[in-house]
Amino acid sequence: MSRLERGGRIDRGQQISFTFDSKQYHAFQGDTIASALLANGVRLIGRSWKYHRPRGIIGDGAEEPNGLFQVEQGARTIPNVRATQAQVYDGMVLRSTNAWPSVQFDIMSVFGLFSRFLPAGFYYKTFMWPAKFWMGYEHIIRKASGLGASPKELDPDHYEKTNAHCDVLVVGSGASGLMAALAAGKAGARVILADEQEEFGGRLLSSRARINGMSSTQWLQQMRAQLSELQDVQLLPRSTVFGYHDGNFLTIAQRLHDHLPLAQRKGAREKLWRVRAKQVVLATGAHERPIIFGNNDRPGVMLASAVSSYVNRYGVKLADRAVVFTNNDSAYQAAIDLADAGTLVTLVDSRVDSRVDSSHDTASDDARAKAAGVKIMHGCAVVNVIGKAQILAAEIQKISADGKSISGVVQRIDCDLLATSGGWNPAIHLFSQSGGKAIWNDDKACFETGKAVQEQFSVGAANASFALQDCLRQGLDAGQRAAAASGHQPVDLDLPTLEKPESTELTPLWRVPNMGKPGHGPKAFVDPQNDVGVSDIFLAAREGFESIEHVKRYTALGFGTDQGKMGNISGMAILSEALGNKISDTGTTTFRPNYTPVTFGAIAGPEIGSTLSDPARKTAMHTWHQEHGALFEDVGQWKRPWYFPKAGETLQQAVDRECLATRASVGIMDASTLGKIEVVGNDASEFLNRLYTNAWSKLGIDCARYGFMLGEDGMVMDDGVTIRFAEDRYFMHTTTGGAASVMSWMELWLQTEWPELDVYLTSVTDHWATAAVVGPNSRKVVSAVVDGIDFDKDAFPFMTSRAGTLLGVPVRVNRISFSGELSYEVNIDANYGRFMWEQLMAAGADYDITPYGTETMHVLRAEKGYVIVGQDTDGSVTPHDLGMSWAVSKTKDFLGRRSLLREDCVRDNRKQFVGLLTQDPAEVLQEGAQIVNHASDDIPLPMIGHVTSSYHSACVGRSIALALLKNGHQRFGETVQVTTPDGRFVSAEISSTVFIDPNGERQNV
Amino acid sequence: MLLIECPYCGTRDESEFTYGGEAHIVRPLDPDALNDVEWADYLFFRKNSKGILQEQWNHSAGCRRWFCAERDTVTYKFKSFYKVGERPVEDEA
Repeated sequence: MSRLERGGRIDRGQQISFTFDSKQYHAFQGDTIASALLANGVRLIGRSWKYHRPRGIIGDGAEEPNGLFQVEQGARTIPNVRATQAQVYDGMVLRSTNAWPSVQFDIMSVFGLFSRFLPAGFYYKTFMWPAKFWMGYEHIIRKASGLGASPKELDPDHYEKTNAHCDVLVVGSGASGLMAALAAGKAGARVILADEQEEFGGRLLSSRARINGMSSTQWLQQMRAQLSELQDVQLLPRSTVFGYHDGNFLTIAQRLHDHLPLAQRKGAREKLWRVRAKQVVLATGAHERPIIFGNNDRPGVMLASAVSSYVNRYGVKLADRAVVFTNNDSAYQAAIDLADAGTLVTLVDSRVDSRVDSSHDTASDDARAKAAGVKIMHGCAVVNVIGKAQILAAEIQKISADGKSISGVVQRIDCDLLATSGGWNPAIHLFSQSGGKAIWNDDKACFETGKAVQEQFSVGAANASFALQDCLRQGLDAGQRAAAASGHQPVDLDLPTLEKPESTELTPLWRVPNMGKPGHGPKAFVDPQNDVGVSDIFLAAREGFESIEHVKRYTALGFGTDQGKMGNISGMAILSEALGNKISDTGTTTFRPNYTPVTFGAIAGPEIGSTLSDPARKTAMHTWHQEHGALFEDVGQWKRPWYFPKAGETLQQAVDRECLATRASVGIMDASTLGKIEVVGNDASEFLNRLYTNAWSKLGIDCARYGFMLGEDGMVMDDGVTIRFAEDRYFMHTTTGGAASVMSWMELWLQTEWPELDVYLTSVTDHWATAAVVGPNSRKVVSAVVDGIDFDKDAFPFMTSRAGTLLGVPVRVNRISFSGELSYEVNIDANYGRFMWEQLMAAGADYDITPYGTETMHVLRAEKGYVIVGQDTDGSVTPHDLGMSWAVSKTKDFLGRRSLLREDCVRDNRKQFVGLLTQDPAEVLQEGAQIVNHASDDIPLPMIGHVTSSYHSACVGRSIALALLKNGHQRFGETVQVTTPDGRFVSAEISSTVFIDPNGERQNV
Repeated sequence: MLLIECPYCGTRDESEFTYGGEAHIVRPLDPDALNDVEWADYLFFRKNSKGILQEQWNHSAGCRRWFCAERDTVTYKFKSFYKVGERPVEDEA
């Protein structure tokens, strides 16, 4: 064990055990995966995805690029868990990702030997051509380079969602966040304080700063106690604010039990908070960035702030000998922390004009470090590290004041830890998501928040104010201002005092220059997770990439699960160097939600499993269909019977049988799903006149009419039969899929354009269950069970409607047809749907009544050339194109009429609706197949149309098809050729769309 | 997610609403009086303005009423909400 004898926030009374790659380790309650492994002396934790170089932990938070683990197995396995943020628990099972067969011996590391030949864009350049080989390459590349593995089983956990409103949402619970929350809370504001870590405190959890004369631990305790006393302050630890949207709407993923042993987990795994905040305080802190030098990815190279964390917060003894390499003041504390923990420390400061002047000041970082026994070298830089799976030494040379050149003898210092700090990048992710623009600050060498565009404050390190005294002051100030802005009276709070102010001076140094040729010398990594090196960015610049967005995509900079939190800003600075630009001109890539990865479960919430988020609608006869073996198809949200196979029947056999039985005797179909809208009011007729292509005023009571509804562009939008029940009352049918949009369409015109019309609309689709009884024997069946209606063919003619009763229950019988047969649609209160269906089935038994589904319905209507809107039309088809000009009134205005006169709608060569009969009657065309005149014409062949519907018709005794074909109405009898999926051309004759009973005699009996 | 103030129901989340495009496009009373160009202007052409746009919204998962709003297409900020048939309140110069 590499654990310090005392100190840290771990509970040494609670030892726990976990396994990593099947080997057992011990840790303490309070350890993260990262601290637990480091405390066990495990440095090598994975392999990089491209070169398979050995990798170790670098950071201590969301910026960690390497420490990714597969946690647990089976259904509960989680890929790519960040070791720095996940708490270790008793019995935890960890596996390394991206190493095969093991991290110690990785076969794929042979890639590392060829790294010079695997530059940026290598895969694009090498494997993308010829394109058809890509599938094969990809398979191998994916296997070699994958990150974690997704679970294959259903997620056994469940998830919650909650909506919340607050006056002030404080994001981040470091010094500034805590002060903001307390100031706002004391003022009486409703506050939510959310932080991604296990406990509140942010970087103070790793700090040895003294606040108000207390240790930071004591001060945090006091702050937490004060906050928990405030009733209107909601405290959310383990809660990542991952999205900042319009209207101060933020989303929070709260992890409820991922930190517990599996057996102790109860209730929901995560809760998604959807928060509307009047004011937001962004106290999201900053991410330290490394200085980039040769072999800077070797295990043992870490961020200076992370080193302080592992020493102070987790009590880990990281090293016997360490080098700390910095360009700024903040890393001096890491050197002191290490030295106080018994490590021999050399501090390498790239700044030439050292802090000699201040060395008389005993409180200066310089003096404190020296007092702690740290050896300090100024004007030097680490140029390379020695060691593979673990660093052994650092190589150090002089660096010029401008950071552009190195010189002098190489000095080698043995060390097993190299801590580096290149400064800090404010975590401006949420600020940017809110619409704010990041601005480059030359003095502080970082992107900082510009003007807030929502009701929001950025404070502390997130506001590029890195010193603790500034964090405390800005937090306090923002808390009070946010409280005031949300209508509360701020109260006076004392600003906490520090023993000494923190110093954060910095001289920018992004990378240690490499004096060799580009591409030679040790590889220096900008983005370790994606294996993007300095040379890759220079290569991209040489190859002409100038936009940071393009360079990102070419090199994969910032593409990983860390989304470039460690490397992106450095990459932008290095691109600027390569292009000779200013960093402010290069700019940043776009920060998008999510801040860190969020589980699909949290996003989906409770709406997972078979119901998904879309409800399934079932008709009143659904259970009967199930009991009688129906297979179902989805039509919109509806589950509709597709066909009713008998034992051993194929789809085609069942449909053939259903079609023949219906036309020979009688069939029955559940038509309940058709949209039904009641249109009522004194102006109902006038409204329908304006809505439909045909005229309604003269339609008799209890009479029905088929109508087209067009968009204002003249294209067919919906169709259906509408029946007039009374002078001021119509019953409209829409297509099954179009019901909701037709309702909205009607509401739009009534409310916005014609509010003067006295019309009321009611959707009654679900109120009625409908059975279509179809075939020559349908009259006998329906009349046997329905009373009060004279079914004589003249007393109850085609396209009329009658009210009757079925065993005392009111029914409405419509004599309309979608098959060309004698047909009655019987409507009943939906609660009686199955009862009605069973009565009709019983009455039809003598006639071998045959239930059928949507497939047979499609064949029957295609045999008659009846259009299905959305299948035979596609939003570019007029009624005239369909050959249905008879349905278009010439004497009144209606929506879309003027458009039918537009030049494009009256031109020649429009695609028109025709039938197709293949030369080979057994050949069934593919729906969607393209049509050409002659396959032998010069390529490219002009495409003159496409097949919209195609079936084998048992009743016709051959295949039939419907198509949209250029100028089709003038081409009856001609032959065209149709493509097939297997690459042939099939000859077909252009025919009428009506294949059965062209004079319509069967429905008029 | 935008906050939208339905003139009938009050302020609700954007997810309750459906967008209806530019407002105050009046359907010509006599379409036949328009030539093809004028009709196409009514049918297809919209301001697509950068800045304040008057637009229609439908409270589709609420009262299902249509209403109008003025919104800045750059910042997405709403300036005003008003009922169909009304006009937005002019800024006091």
